Amino acid sequence: MTEHESAKPGCKEKAAKLFSIARSGAKLDLAAIREKLSKATGPTYWRSLEELAEEPGFDEVMHREFPRLASEWPEGCSRRDFLRLAGASLALAGLAGCTKQPLEPIVPYVVQPERIVLGRPLYFATAFPVSGIARPIIVKSMEGRPIKVEGNPQHGASLGAADAHSQASVLGLYDPDRSQTISYNGSVRPWEMLQATIRAALAQQQASGGAGLRFLTETVTSPTLASQIAAVLKQFPNAKWHQYEPVNRDNVKTGAQIAFGQVVDTIYHLDKADVILSLEADFFSPAGLPGFARYARDFTSRRKMQPGVAMNRLYVVETAPSLTGAKADHRLPEISRTSIAHFIAAQLGVSWERASDGSVARASDFLQASEQPTFWPAVLEDLKQHRGASLVAVGDQQDAEVHALAHAINQALGNVGQTVTYVDPVEANPVDQTASLKDLVTDIDAGKVQVLAIIGGNPAYNAPVDIGFADKLSKAGLTIHLGMYDDETSALCQWHVPEAHPLETWSDARAYDGTISIIQPLIAPLFHGRSAHEFMAAFSQQPEQSSYDIVRGYWRSQFKGKPEDFETTWRKWLHDGFVADSGSKPRAVTVHPLKLPKPERGGHGTEIVFRPDPSVYDGRWANNGWLQELPKPLTKLTWDNAVLVSPGLAQDLRLATGNVVEIESRGHKLRGPVLVAPGHAVNSITLGMGYGRTRGGSNGSKRGYDAFQVRTSDAPWSASGVKITRVGKDYQLARTQNHQIIANETAIGETIKRAPVREATLAEFIANPRFAQEMKEEPARDETLYPPYEYKEYKWGMSIDLNSCVGCNACLVACQAENNIPVVGKDQVRRERHMNWIRLDAYNEGDLANPRTIFQPVPCMQCENAPCELVCPVGATVHSSEGLNDMVYNRCVGTRYCSNNCPYKVRRFNFLLFSDWDTPSLKLLHNPDVTVRSRGVMEKCTYCIQRITRARIDSEKEQRKIRDQEVQTACQQACPAEAIVFGDLNDKNSKVARLQAGPRNYGLLAELNTRPRTTYLAAVRNPNPELEKKG
Amino acid sequence: MSQIFHRSTNTISRVTIYGFVFLLAALGWALATWQRSGWFNRMGEAQDQPVPFSHAHHAGGLGIDCRYCHTSVETSSFAGIPPTKTCMNCHSELWTNAPMLEPVRHSYRTGQSLKWTRVNDLPDFVYFSHDIHISKGVGCDECHGPVDRMPLMFQAKSLQMEWCLDCHREPEKYVRPKGEVFNMRWQRPDSDHPVKFAGATYTDQPTMGYALVKQYEIRSPRDLTSCNTCHR
Repeated sequence: MTEHESAKPGCKEKAAKLFSIARSGAKLDLAAIREKLSKATGPTYWRSLEELAEEPGFDEVMHREFPRLASEWPEGCSRRDFLRLAGASLALAGLAGCTKQPLEPIVPYVVQPERIVLGRPLYFATAFPVSGIARPIIVKSMEGRPIKVEGNPQHGASLGAADAHSQASVLGLYDPDRSQTISYNGSVRPWEMLQATIRAALAQQQASGGAGLRFLTETVTSPTLASQIAAVLKQFPNAKWHQYEPVNRDNVKTGAQIAFGQVVDTIYHLDKADVILSLEADFFSPAGLPGFARYARDFTSRRKMQPGVAMNRLYVVETAPSLTGAKADHRLPEISRTSIAHFIAAQLGVSWERASDGSVARASDFLQASEQPTFWPAVLEDLKQHRGASLVAVGDQQDAEVHALAHAINQALGNVGQTVTYVDPVEANPVDQTASLKDLVTDIDAGKVQVLAIIGGNPAYNAPVDIGFADKLSKAGLTIHLGMYDDETSALCQWHVPEAHPLETWSDARAYDGTISIIQPLIAPLFHGRSAHEFMAAFSQQPEQSSYDIVRGYWRSQFKGKPEDFETTWRKWLHDGFVADSGSKPRAVTVHPLKLPKPERGGHGTEIVFRPDPSVYDGRWANNGWLQELPKPLTKLTWDNAVLVSPGLAQDLRLATGNVVEIESRGHKLRGPVLVAPGHAVNSITLGMGYGRTRGGSNGSKRGYDAFQVRTSDAPWSASGVKITRVGKDYQLARTQNHQIIANETAIGETIKRAPVREATLAEFIANPRFAQEMKEEPARDETLYPPYEYKEYKWGMSIDLNSCVGCNACLVACQAENNIPVVGKDQVRRERHMNWIRLDAYNEGDLANPRTIFQPVPCMQCENAPCELVCPVGATVHSSEGLNDMVYNRCVGTRYCSNNCPYKVRRFNFLLFSDWDTPSLKLLHNPDVTVRSRGVMEKCTYCIQRITRARIDSEKEQRKIRDQEVQTACQQACPAEAIVFGDLNDKNSKVARLQAGPRNYGLLAELNTRPRTTYLAAVRNPNPELEKKG
Repeated sequence: MSQIFHRSTNTISRVTIYGFVFLLAALGWALATWQRSGWFNRMGEAQDQPVPFSHAHHAGGLGIDCRYCHTSVETSSFAGIPPTKTCMNCHSELWTNAPMLEPVRHSYRTGQSLKWTRVNDLPDFVYFSHDIHISKGVGCDECHGPVDRMPLMFQAKSLQMEWCLDCHREPEKYVRPKGEVFNMRWQRPDSDHPVKFAGATYTDQPTMGYALVKQYEIRSPRDLTSCNTCHR
């Protein structure tokens, strides 16, 4: 939460200059890097362009534990000032240990709620809706405070995994910047006055049947809300309900409409697919397809290298590098309007017509040559050979016709019913949202709208620029906005009503497969928020109904069984977190003869594509510090968005990371900093949504650029013919890709290939399963002067499967929430002071134009021969009897020797008081089982020792041993791919012991004789031999 | 040439040098003593409370079990502090008009919690768990002292780390049969007060202690003194 923006420029500028050497990469010579890579023998793994270029500044950053000036103070504080203060604090330091402990109050309940046991958490199953889609969660509540979100293991959409967004929702709940009062033109008003206003307005509308009444919502899957809206529309038949959000699925719906003549939802079954072709379908990212958590689990279930489970193969064709692209066995960067779907469809005998001009892209055009002479035919051949076990998946951002073609392809391949199923749409009222918003604005412009209720969302910020929503909003008569924040939209509306957080209210929503979850509150609304249900009730005959009565009443009316059974059933729904067998019904559909719409080719040249931000999505979580500081999986960018440019285009336009460019598309302009993204399609640039907020709260405002300024309704996902010009000064981005890097060089200057990530092809793995262990020689066990430790009871260990990790960042947020890890702010991130205990390294291999990416989560390795333990002068980090490297915060005096001596760079130091000790609402967020660290203290991963301790106590009370998987670390629990496994190595039958005994197991930097307790399972790729041959 | 320093300088310098060493040692001793004293760690200090609640009366005199109020002592790290309702269970019938109990009635009437001052308070970086101590045979009075004889609650032990470690290093010196955990008048076994337990009779604490450590599977001192047992 704390961001120390500099007041005095002097020191900061000096620092900025030094940083720019290594950070901006302004002088990078991409041609030289290319040449070097082409000359390299064997695979070369690299993390950033700066590393490849061997910039002098990069070396310096790497060799210092923290970059230069990291130990400087953020504000203009000179060395002299520091010494003066240091002298004074030294004099006081001796006394610090002698402070008498202050008296503390202890405040009991008046009447203790029945089920609360003080000190013990309660868990409640609920759901976190994003774009209407429920993400099933289980929330841990300590004495009524929700503090941690986990996945719901029984729910098919989660299977226990919790994504970064839903886990960060607890921080959003306690966000002190949330709006707290109902306001009318900026002044505080009571709820009753709003109700009276609505009543009066409705009375006026009665005569015309609500002709001037409009509701604008985000995507709605909630059956209750939909029925409430339907009830109001029944009373006011001329009123209209519009839906809009920027990350919508219009193309998916239109595509289904073209193919089947009706809107259906597509569900993929990745566990059944041997060969998968993804056309920008990002099924691993929480900002990607709905159902991503299940998809990640299903996909990686075929990558655990277990006997009897054949490995799948993934082809990805995409514009901007994505998580799915990173996992691909073959990835092809292409502009977003690629014709591969047309090619494959045509080759499989699918034909189509164009609605108007028949001259463009007929099926016969694709029967001869392919634009990609090796890739396309190879993919086609592979798909053909796996009929019924292949899959073509299309991303929401692809044109509707590509969706339609994919439906035809999947049908032609016999995949329908196998790897693809079609179900009733999950949305309550699936509409083309862009068209819906356009209609609304047209009506407003025509003066037809007298009452506009905006329920959630922030259209004034994120509506397409050409619609001019924000400008025309004032023409609507009475405008009321329900939202969590006093944002861009509420500023333009007369009334603003604070919205209740999903953890504060009753509601319901459907998961990606249609399964219904009842959303139950964990806490009473902190800031007097109202739910959408209560808000809608104000338009109904019963304006005072509570959310509970509304939601429960709706479900009671829907209940088919005996009325007296409802209570039991309702309780079961709440307990389970979902309504059993409530998934959308399968729909048998067949593809009609395809009539594709007139192609919208808006000129040639470079194209821009728009993508939701992996962390802040469409900007709704802009004020969430956890998500802002979460390094975006591939670019490792924090606190900003950037214009992603391919190395090729950057070279042509002489651009480098940090250069500010002006982008002009269809007459609209914006300015933003460039980030050179290896693997990006050459003739394309990517803009990220969610930044450039003007009223986004203290963390979210004035960061990055606003991509919605150039996003038009006719080209919501990609637009060709964009102009890019370099302007003005460079911009400093805070990226972590060069932080905590593992050097290939020793102190005496010799170069050693460290092989931090190890991988082989499937053929190589079959030939030699122990390839990873043979890549490096491990020193003998007795090569140490210290006597070996003896572990009588437990010996904890962890295994991380690089083949499963999809790089979704869920573990980072899980760790942050579980362990009270503070947020440090952009300036501090640039100083390499970010505090995440587990980091996600992304290693690239191959040419800049299309490298392969491997993700490697790196927590503390809990070494057996731990270098950190030997150097601590105060014994603040010591070996525990169960093998952990304990970190004793109260002993730490902050010498940072341990961090200096750690080859893995997994220790984090509180340079400043990063934890927020003052904001009252944020105090509620803390996990009471973990110390909130203060300034000057080193911290690191402890394998969630609080969880181990709790499980140990519980098991000892029953006089038994801790069962395998009884303790799950926070990162393990959140992981959708089951890549992280924790357990007791002394138990030979434990999951982790079996994995560590497996052939793919290797220790990171084990050649240093640290004997890491966390080890990795090497990655195995499954390339198509055809493509591999041709290079 | 005459002496620059007088002969007495020798003595003075000796006294100063030795004196300084003794002074340092004395200072160290004084600090250590002060640091262990009740003034510093509040041992033996009764705190001001909204109601002068007497454990001696309720637990000692009336014989109310500890767990009647401290309900979660066996299940949670926190023993639990009784809600106002627990007081009112009896005091809606007894001493209903006692002025001393007005804060309790006020709390119950208004829903405002009573605000007690914590007596046995560990620093925030120490994670103590009641339930495991109870289930391993550590009696309440080992840490809390003779609560049943305290008219006003005070901290009976230093609650400092060396004191915790005393038991974590040699639990056999302190453990008792589980059935006696809540017995505030428990006496360690001696030849006059033998303790019968699991078919054997013990006349001294160490022998019984070792047997209990074995039977309750109390972890080894090495495990119990690992930092993460209490700090995290």
